Amino acid sequence: MIKIKAKDVDVFYGKKQALYNIGLDIEENQVTALIGPSGCGKSTFLRCLNRMNDVIDICRVKGEILINDFNINDKSCDVVRLREKIGMVFQKPNPFPKTVYENISYGPTIHGMAQSKQEMDEIVETSLKKAALWEEVKDRLHEPGTGLSGGQQQRLCIARAISVRPEVILMDEPCSALDPIATAQIEELIDELKKEHTIIIVTHSMAQAARVSQNTGFFHLGHLIEHGSTDKIFKNPDNTKTQDYITGRFG
Amino acid sequence: MNKNKEQLLNKRYRAERRFRLYGQSAIFMALLFLTIFIFKIFSTGYSAFQKTWLIVPVNFDAEMMMIDQNPSKEDLQDADYYDIALKSMADLDQNANDDQKNQLKRMVSYFFEKEIKNEILNNPSLIGKTKEVYLTASDDLDQVFKGNYPRDLPEDQRRVSDYQLKIFDQLVAKGKVESKFNISFFTYADSREAELAGIASSFMGSIFSILVCLMIAFPVAVLAAIYLEEFAPKNRFTDFIEVNINNLAAVPSIVFGLLGLGVLLAIFHLPRSTPLVGGITLSLMTLPTIIIAARASLKAVPPSIREAALAMGASRMQTTMHHTVPLSMPGTLSGTIIGLAQALGETAPLILIGMVAFVNTIPGSPMDPAASLPVQIYIWAESAERGFVEKVSACIMVLLGFLIIMNLFAQIIRHKFEKKWS
Repeated sequence: MIKIKAKDVDVFYGKKQALYNIGLDIEENQVTALIGPSGCGKSTFLRCLNRMNDVIDICRVKGEILINDFNINDKSCDVVRLREKIGMVFQKPNPFPKTVYENISYGPTIHGMAQSKQEMDEIVETSLKKAALWEEVKDRLHEPGTGLSGGQQQRLCIARAISVRPEVILMDEPCSALDPIATAQIEELIDELKKEHTIIIVTHSMAQAARVSQNTGFFHLGHLIEHGSTDKIFKNPDNTKTQDYITGRFG
Repeated sequence: MNKNKEQLLNKRYRAERRFRLYGQSAIFMALLFLTIFIFKIFSTGYSAFQKTWLIVPVNFDAEMMMIDQNPSKEDLQDADYYDIALKSMADLDQNANDDQKNQLKRMVSYFFEKEIKNEILNNPSLIGKTKEVYLTASDDLDQVFKGNYPRDLPEDQRRVSDYQLKIFDQLVAKGKVESKFNISFFTYADSREAELAGIASSFMGSIFSILVCLMIAFPVAVLAAIYLEEFAPKNRFTDFIEVNINNLAAVPSIVFGLLGLGVLLAIFHLPRSTPLVGGITLSLMTLPTIIIAARASLKAVPPSIREAALAMGASRMQTTMHHTVPLSMPGTLSGTIIGLAQALGETAPLILIGMVAFVNTIPGSPMDPAASLPVQIYIWAESAERGFVEKVSACIMVLLGFLIIMNLFAQIIRHKFEKKWS
């Protein structure tokens, strides 16, 4: 089933066009990887999906992005509601400089998802368990989240993202600042999370894309060159540029 | 070739050593000036914290006070103390003629009558008895006792007569002159008599002024900074505002004084010489300082924190109020304190709005006339009496102490509440 449908998406930074005519369907409860060389626009596209580009003054987005058949670029779309449904994990772990508990409880608090302290405790616990962090932090819930290791911080950010039970999770190179062991943990986690969430991950690591994703889109210079099932993109791509990138001839 | 390289390397090392030397001598010079300054202030000012008292026997004669033997509290309040006060002083020399009696009277402050009255109000059973009472010595004798007075000048060039010195020396020899901690320096308002002048009025005036200044400048500046940094679009108009805020910070303070005079006093008819007007005027000066500090510390909050909050579905307002502003508060607060410290030391604008007036009452609210510490320094520095010289330095010490405490507080806030983020 198709969760997100992007049609003719153009993005401009001032006068410079960053994305051309992107059309991409994203399957529900699967992992879609976006790959491509630096500056190709894959992160820009990812940030279109929860309208994080709104933050940048000079950035303009054109075209339609349908999530559950609703165009999020429409004026009637409320970004606060949208971002409640679409969580995001960033390249560098960015926990709030607050306690582990407060990091998780922030989203449910502002969206009024818990009626009591007990419910909140439950949300915090399940979120941390889903992010495979519970065992490591259950005794230090009230210590600062910034005191955790890099990999733990990133899992804390994932726990924070899933605390509001989003339908989609966007991940912008979530492992680029982590060591191989932490990376492996996050990849396992992604596999687990896709049962309940639709995941879109931007990555620089081809191996990672091959390991975690079911679908892959290849971006180059602002164009979506090719997209399809990960198997096909990696084993038998249609486009020679894709072939060259996958085999490491450029990028 | 190799030799050349060696020479070049040595040259580079020499340059570095030279540069270090310049730096060290600059620091040395700065410290030297500071030490000289502090030493000068302390050596002149420390004696102001001591006050000289004459111990004079007073006969609380009911008849002279025109009351009966068992007076009520009201009687004591209304009694006449001038005659017994005069007589006590005159009795220091049994053979004094009228002129000498007059000179004896001037050996103590004009408060002597009140000091005697307080004595008996505290202890009404003294009626009809004689007791030694501490009377504030005149400022000149105070200086004589502290050794700051040129006794060897010819008599007609001195304010203290030979006769007064003779009696004073006799009292000293009898142990009837004492130096005690000068509490009245902190509890009395300004006075024309140096021995009675204190900083209570100007201290309270300064406190009220910076409170008014804080209450106006802080909210306005913080809101302006938050709006400009987090909400305002970046365009030519906001650039223009930014440039002008920076310009405002560079405007000489006396211009703000003129503004206070022309607008607050002339148009709005606010009460002259009051900390209210002073505080408003100072807040105009402090405003750009706080705005600049607050904006800088908002800028220093990493964008990743804002993105994290926004991506969680927080509105812009929530992102700002829950995350950005709390994280920027230490910087904003220490900027505020430094701005207030500047305002505390400001003199020129306060002179223009009339806080230079002679005020001998202690203000109870920002609406009462008052001086301020720096203005008090200015007023005393202008006074001719010898007794004010040490008071100027003492007042500078109080002001500096105040400023050091405030700056220390700013440092503590900055260090203690600064959060580390990854």
